[in-house]
Amino acid sequence: MNEEIPVDGVTRPWWEATRERRLTVQRCLECGHRQHYPRALCTGCGGTALDFTDVSGRGTVDSFTVVHRAPRPGLETPYVVARVRLAEGPILLTRLVGADPSAWTCDEPVRVAWRPLPDGRHLPVFAKE
Amino acid sequence: MTAAIAGAAESDLGVTGKSVLALQSQAVTRALADAGLTLRDVDGLATAGVSRFPAAQVADYLGLRPAWTDSTSAGGSAFEMYVARAAQAIDAGQCSTVVISYGSNQRSARSRSLGGAVEPHVPEAQFEAPYGPLYPISYYAMAAQRYLHAYGAEREHLAEVAVAAREWALRNPAAYRYGAGPLTVDAVLGAPMVSSPLTAADCCLVTDGGGAVVLTSLDRARDLPRPPVVVLGYGESTTHTSMTGDDDLLRPGSFASGRRAFAMAGLRPADVDVAQLYDSFTITVLLTLEGLGFCGRGEAAAFVGDGRTRPGGAFPLNTSGGGLSYNHPGQFGVLLLVEAVRQLRGECGDRQVQGAETALAHGTGGVFSTHATVLLGADR
Repeated sequence: MNEEIPVDGVTRPWWEATRERRLTVQRCLECGHRQHYPRALCTGCGGTALDFTDVSGRGTVDSFTVVHRAPRPGLETPYVVARVRLAEGPILLTRLVGADPSAWTCDEPVRVAWRPLPDGRHLPVFAKE
Repeated sequence: MTAAIAGAAESDLGVTGKSVLALQSQAVTRALADAGLTLRDVDGLATAGVSRFPAAQVADYLGLRPAWTDSTSAGGSAFEMYVARAAQAIDAGQCSTVVISYGSNQRSARSRSLGGAVEPHVPEAQFEAPYGPLYPISYYAMAAQRYLHAYGAEREHLAEVAVAAREWALRNPAAYRYGAGPLTVDAVLGAPMVSSPLTAADCCLVTDGGGAVVLTSLDRARDLPRPPVVVLGYGESTTHTSMTGDDDLLRPGSFASGRRAFAMAGLRPADVDVAQLYDSFTITVLLTLEGLGFCGRGEAAAFVGDGRTRPGGAFPLNTSGGGLSYNHPGQFGVLLLVEAVRQLRGECGDRQVQGAETALAHGTGGVFSTHATVLLGADR
């Protein structure tokens, strides 16, 4: 789906977990707030002590769009880009896979699936529950 | 000290073959001529979309050494933000005459990319770009999809925004779609799908274009040739850049920016005679109507029905034809101001809203990221 997705010091643990197909979100050790994408501070309390915690991989489709014109070469259209709201709260941008693009609705339950990346990391996508 | 807009103008529009700085120069000199002023009078400059240092770049090109500049980078809403900053700078005595300008040759230069430009150091490069969203279209598409789902609206309601914009454009000789004939709901629905539920006809134009407005104190503006357009109030809200940064797709920053602007002006939505709302996409207009309080949440689909926002309707909206049918040079915000000024000065010919005394201009930038609302009034 992509080549050479960048990584940085803050986000490395999140990406490393994907090598084991583990979906994580960041958790604030001071206030318990969970957030995604990973940041150097907690957007809930401003705290700087955070770790990564496994999540269930379950969520619901907040919304989606079927993309018919690829933004760059190498992407086969149509494909479904979505906002998935994890059961634990944070929202991910992702793809919906495993069903016809016309078969999706908002609020339906989904579960994480994984797309391998060339460097051994995985990209989380979501399929129907 | 109250500020006022003393001059306003467009650059050449459409497919110009001109450079960004040539279009900027046109917009600035035309707006100054409109105001009865010259470059020598300008001691403040606000602009965007030129280079790394937009205001310095344009100042250099125009031969200016301004006492005050602003290049706040907020996309389509920046120019409404500049009105606020300029009014404050004039009030503080930092400068007396501000030009707010913009120019883009994006159609001639073919510089617009569906994928946008994601810099590799921002989180979006890791957590969004790999999935291939169109930028910014796919975000607005997801807002539209959620809108249809949550409120039981139909794509026809979105399409009506584009149809009404075309009706206005048919009355504006400067509009890109002037002379293109009416747009039908069926034509919008049948246009090529780009990012569902938005078709190409739900998306704004890609054109060259630009514009400028000149701000000074109301007292001084009263001595200039054109009727002053008074800055009555303004408000902003900046909420996110990432496509997952806002929890509720259906409650963008216009809810806050509008509340702040109306509070400052001491006005209510019902006081607005003519509205210029950023129409990057049809859904942008529906959610902005709700955000600014012209109707309740979930009510905009019905609100735009029955031709209410078309010429002759009860709520004159985007009277230039908007970004959908008039012009969209990448950042449309300055042209919202130009049209609002012209409506309040009664210069709009076939599309003039009779007796318009209060106008609203609302800019939106990014993926519903930045919002700025300006309320303007005739000096009566």
